[in-house]
Amino acid sequence: MKRRTLLAASAVTPLAAMGRARAQSGKLQLVWWHSMSGANGEEINRLAKAFNDSQSEAEVQAIFKGGYADSLTAAIAAWRADQAPHLVQIFEVGTGSMLAAGPATKQVWQLAKETGVALDPAIYIPGVRGYYSLPDGRLASKPFNSSTAVMWYNKDAFAAAGLDPEKAPATWPEVIAAAKAIKAKVGTPEMGAVKFPVTSSWMIWAQLEQFGAIHDLPFATKANGFEGLDAELVFNGPHQVAQWDRLLGMAKDGLYEYGGRDTVPDALFYSGQAAIGFGSSAGRGDIVRNAKFKWAAAFLPIDPAVTTNPINSIIGGASLWTMTTKQRTDAEYKAVAHFLTFLSSPEQDAHFHQTTGYVPVTFAGYEKSKAEGYYDKAPGADVAIKQLSRGTMTANSRGLRLGRLAEIRAILYEETEKALQGQQTGKQALDNGVQRGNRVLREFQKSVGG
Amino acid sequence: MERRTIFGHLWLPVALVAPQFLLTLIFFLWPAGQAVWSSLTRQDPFGLHSQFAGLDNFVFLFTDPLYRDSIGRTVFFMIAVSAISMSLALLLAVFADREIKGRFTYRTLLIWPYAIAPAMAAVLWILLLQPRIGILGVWLNRHGIAWDYHLNDTQAMLMIVLASAWKQVSYNFIFFLAGLQSVSRSVLEAARMDGARGWHRFRTITFPLLAPTTFFLLVVNFVYAAFDTFGTIQALTQGGPGKATETLMVKVYRDGVVNLDIGSSSAQSVILMLGVIGLTAMQFRFLGRRQTT
Repeated sequence: MKRRTLLAASAVTPLAAMGRARAQSGKLQLVWWHSMSGANGEEINRLAKAFNDSQSEAEVQAIFKGGYADSLTAAIAAWRADQAPHLVQIFEVGTGSMLAAGPATKQVWQLAKETGVALDPAIYIPGVRGYYSLPDGRLASKPFNSSTAVMWYNKDAFAAAGLDPEKAPATWPEVIAAAKAIKAKVGTPEMGAVKFPVTSSWMIWAQLEQFGAIHDLPFATKANGFEGLDAELVFNGPHQVAQWDRLLGMAKDGLYEYGGRDTVPDALFYSGQAAIGFGSSAGRGDIVRNAKFKWAAAFLPIDPAVTTNPINSIIGGASLWTMTTKQRTDAEYKAVAHFLTFLSSPEQDAHFHQTTGYVPVTFAGYEKSKAEGYYDKAPGADVAIKQLSRGTMTANSRGLRLGRLAEIRAILYEETEKALQGQQTGKQALDNGVQRGNRVLREFQKSVGG
Repeated sequence: MERRTIFGHLWLPVALVAPQFLLTLIFFLWPAGQAVWSSLTRQDPFGLHSQFAGLDNFVFLFTDPLYRDSIGRTVFFMIAVSAISMSLALLLAVFADREIKGRFTYRTLLIWPYAIAPAMAAVLWILLLQPRIGILGVWLNRHGIAWDYHLNDTQAMLMIVLASAWKQVSYNFIFFLAGLQSVSRSVLEAARMDGARGWHRFRTITFPLLAPTTFFLLVVNFVYAAFDTFGTIQALTQGGPGKATETLMVKVYRDGVVNLDIGSSSAQSVILMLGVIGLTAMQFRFLGRRQTT
């Protein structure tokens, strides 16, 4: 009797290990690693639950895996140990690395072909689709949370400085003029908490990468890296140098406050200390929650010396990559494809857009938000999407496809921080950025055998 | 006379040594060997293409002036942290060694910072020194001192040195206190009878007798500053502004975990490993077996 139980148990164990993806409920278990915390994380959990309730085949488990960089590292380590999740959310700068991952991922077009589930790239907005597509238009990863850089401004501060709060500065000379007017009133009671005129989150992304895109200036050769691993950085052109000198000059005159890297300066705007704050359009949720003043979003300012006719800005954010393991079954991939279709449905896309402040990634999601009257209720929430779809996309505004882009950004932060301390000029900062960045690109090229 | 235990059989000593040997093999030698191997290869993050690169990674590092700067910065950081934390700890230990009221409470409180996680310690320092929200940072700016460690190399370095040194004071304090208590009272009394007073007695009698402790702590502090301060630095400055606070350990993390450059990161780990081996060898060489702590 006892012996039998033991035998039975030993027979079951290997089976259980093999059928790991099937839970006791009999549903396929799909593991989804993501990097969304706070309110955005709750929305992720809602999406997973909505999918699980909508069908009985599969069950998505959403797991928070730390920041974007942590998720990428964890996904790589997991794949090397043959334990990769079904889906992982990878930030846009990791796209170059993921494209070089070959058998570790199943790109969207492959997934569609192998499972027969239709995953049509044409439903996605071009500015978003282009970033995650191969040069021939096939989709590599599923566009997910996408934002772009916008200019937030404090309407109360504008009014206090005698500026028209309904009219945001559209050009850099206008920004400087507004900043001077605000600075003149800092410390007066009507200016309130405002301590300095301008700050910027994601300075490299918002002030250099986006500046290049909307002014149709290249960041790197080979169509910003889309057409080959041998791309060279060229963001030290005269217009970009002028942009850097302008920001450095503003910092020197006390018009621009460098608050730190990445999202650190976000709080400077919504706490009311900075009157103009450049940042991600996805910062909207935080601003709604924290700002105790009237505010609005506006297009990124242009430099009239370059163009008066700006084109689309590029996206930031992340996309979803399907990952492989040796024992993953066709049924599991099919369930993944169904989940991706579910996420792209107009209802889910519009809901995600309206709760998080990320742009809708599909046309249908945008139309649905419009039809629901969302932009009348939340004026300015469509600034990002209007800016993303402005004009005709060029090779300079499709996005950046560079390996180890996060490292290049870090290099630019370092060089810019030196310039802000007066140790070098704007031109030297960008020249050094190009030189050090190219070294990184060449190492990446060698490492992936390109 | 030397005493020796002779084992009659081979199996007993083997069985006794095996667990320790296996642990060392699995948890130390194997990963270290992997690191050495990775440092000689060039591979993409997913490990799909791995080519033998010889000493390329090392050549790349040592021809990079930024890496050489990083070495210099780390050495400065190690010296600064050790000097500050050890001298403070010695001072506190000398005071705590006296017969004063409530000295046990005093000693216990001094040991507390050692129990704080590096990230938490960093948060405490941010709340103190952040230029916009930190109590001291705001105060400095209000009194005409432009304090902003986000944009000032010297201030950033000062901050990570202070934060790292502060955390190590407790550890040094314990050892110095133990060292002081083991200084023979009779020697001190003899010195007192010979007329040696306070500072003179400390300089000529106590401090030399503390030398083994001091040297041991010096090595421990060097290793601490080089390796265990990563959490503090990462939470405070992430190596910035510029590269002002990027120590070798921060760079290993940046290149390995963030930039996914496994080859270079491994090469840097190997260089650090050699550094530790050097320090440890020095310690064994000078302290030998008469280690008193």
